Amino acid sequence: MEGDLEALEIELLLEAVARRYGYDFRSYAPASLRRRVRAVLRHERFRTVSRLQEAILHDPAMLPRFVAQLSVGVTGMFRDAGFYQCIRDEVIPRLRTYPFVRVWVAGCSSGEEVYSLAILFQEEGLLPRTRFYATDLSEMVLERARKGVYPVTSMREHTEAYIAAGGREDFSQYYVADHRNAKLKSSLRQSIVFSQHNLVSDEVFNEFQLVLCRNVMIYFERELRERVHDLIYRSLAPLGMLGLGMRETIDFTPHAADYAPVDERVRLYRRRR
Amino acid sequence: MTPGLIVVGASLGGAEAFAGFMAGLGEPRVPVALVLHRNRQPRGSLADYLARLSGVPVAEVDDSQPLTPGVHLAPADYHLLAGERAFRLSVDEKVIHARPSIDVLFESAAESHRKQLAAVLLTAASRDGAAGVVRVAGLGGRAYVQDPSTAESSVAPAAALAALGEAGRSARVGSPRRIGEWLRAEGCGTERREEP
Ligand SMILES: C[S@@+](CC[C@H](N)C(=O)[O-])C[C@H]1O[C@@H](n2cnc3c(N)ncnc32)[C@H](O)[C@@H]1O
Repeated sequence: MEGDLEALEIELLLEAVARRYGYDFRSYAPASLRRRVRAVLRHERFRTVSRLQEAILHDPAMLPRFVAQLSVGVTGMFRDAGFYQCIRDEVIPRLRTYPFVRVWVAGCSSGEEVYSLAILFQEEGLLPRTRFYATDLSEMVLERARKGVYPVTSMREHTEAYIAAGGREDFSQYYVADHRNAKLKSSLRQSIVFSQHNLVSDEVFNEFQLVLCRNVMIYFERELRERVHDLIYRSLAPLGMLGLGMRETIDFTPHAADYAPVDERVRLYRRRR
Repeated sequence: MTPGLIVVGASLGGAEAFAGFMAGLGEPRVPVALVLHRNRQPRGSLADYLARLSGVPVAEVDDSQPLTPGVHLAPADYHLLAGERAFRLSVDEKVIHARPSIDVLFESAAESHRKQLAAVLLTAASRDGAAGVVRVAGLGGRAYVQDPSTAESSVAPAAALAALGEAGRSARVGSPRRIGEWLRAEGCGTERREEP
């Protein structure tokens, strides 16, 4: 059957990439992964998955592009107004009690999410006491995130999302724009450390009062999701908080009983101890 | 053989068409996954609206939720995919300007369920769904398309029928209610329990 041949080729490709380069996509959800592999084929103009595999194995320059295209999804600033409102109303007041705050954004993509947090923290006066660690698998998106430069055309949408999330300042104070691009203010960028971290294979690297891992585990199979939940649990300080994507839940994960909801509707949880 | 999963796609005017389909199907005995194109609405409200309109509970899908009998709605701004045992979500690029996309649901379901799948394309105002229906039919599943003359917007049904024709495949064509009745006759639904 035609479909099965493709499944076989994808299996071989993932095996090859894992063994040759250490990037392991074998526990990613097959349904979405398959669509992405097809998108890579179209984009890079390969007729079959086997040809793509040959190119990746023999041309190391192909690898970062492949990793970026295979992993990256859509992101945005202040995506999900209710979530950011809850960060402002529930999370930040709790964080105020700490002399110093560490936040981990796992799977930060091109940075919009962590910059949104930094803006909220600045408005609430918490930025000088906070260090953000934003990590992703893909070096290519991290490069964009570090620059903090976005198309000026996206700023209208970001401004609307900021206002929907309860922002009351003039959003344009947070960036400098020319006719093409908007660059976020350096005071925001300086509070963030961007670095590569693979949730499949890397370990705990610090202890945090707040972890966001939103819309990342939706791409993972159960075992990998459980590994990541365990990693996050061990990275959280006692009473530390965890934010998931709007349609992800802590229920049925091995650590479900270790968390209490901060606000179940926006999937914000808190470590019980 | 009774299909193990029904996938439904619609857009403009789709809520009424979906209610008509459910009236024909009755109480679902299999999972019914629904993509409805929508403008930005407050979350949750669409599920409630559909439930009131169709008289059956409708719930927005959480990632990894198991396939169980009942109506499962794609959440705003996520693609809905159907695996063998569970629903999965993604925030990949829009497909034909849509997220959720009908094609994404239909194609993923076709690949995981093959012959055990029934796909229903109702009134919709873009080409989304046409490729999905062809994939479903190509992998041995059953395709049902709303009769374009009964559809508020006939773009998708007409595009799907044309694409099926080109691929040498066919679909059963009828009103939403008729399609529901056909699937009930296949064992996918039962008589609605009367309210006491
Ligand atoms: C859809 S984006 C989510 C972006 C952001 N968190 C949001 O919700 O808007 C998923 C991100 O997860 C990253 N990712 C995928 N697999 C990963 C892994 N194994 N380790 C770390 N990051 C990963 C991708 O590179 C991508 O940037």
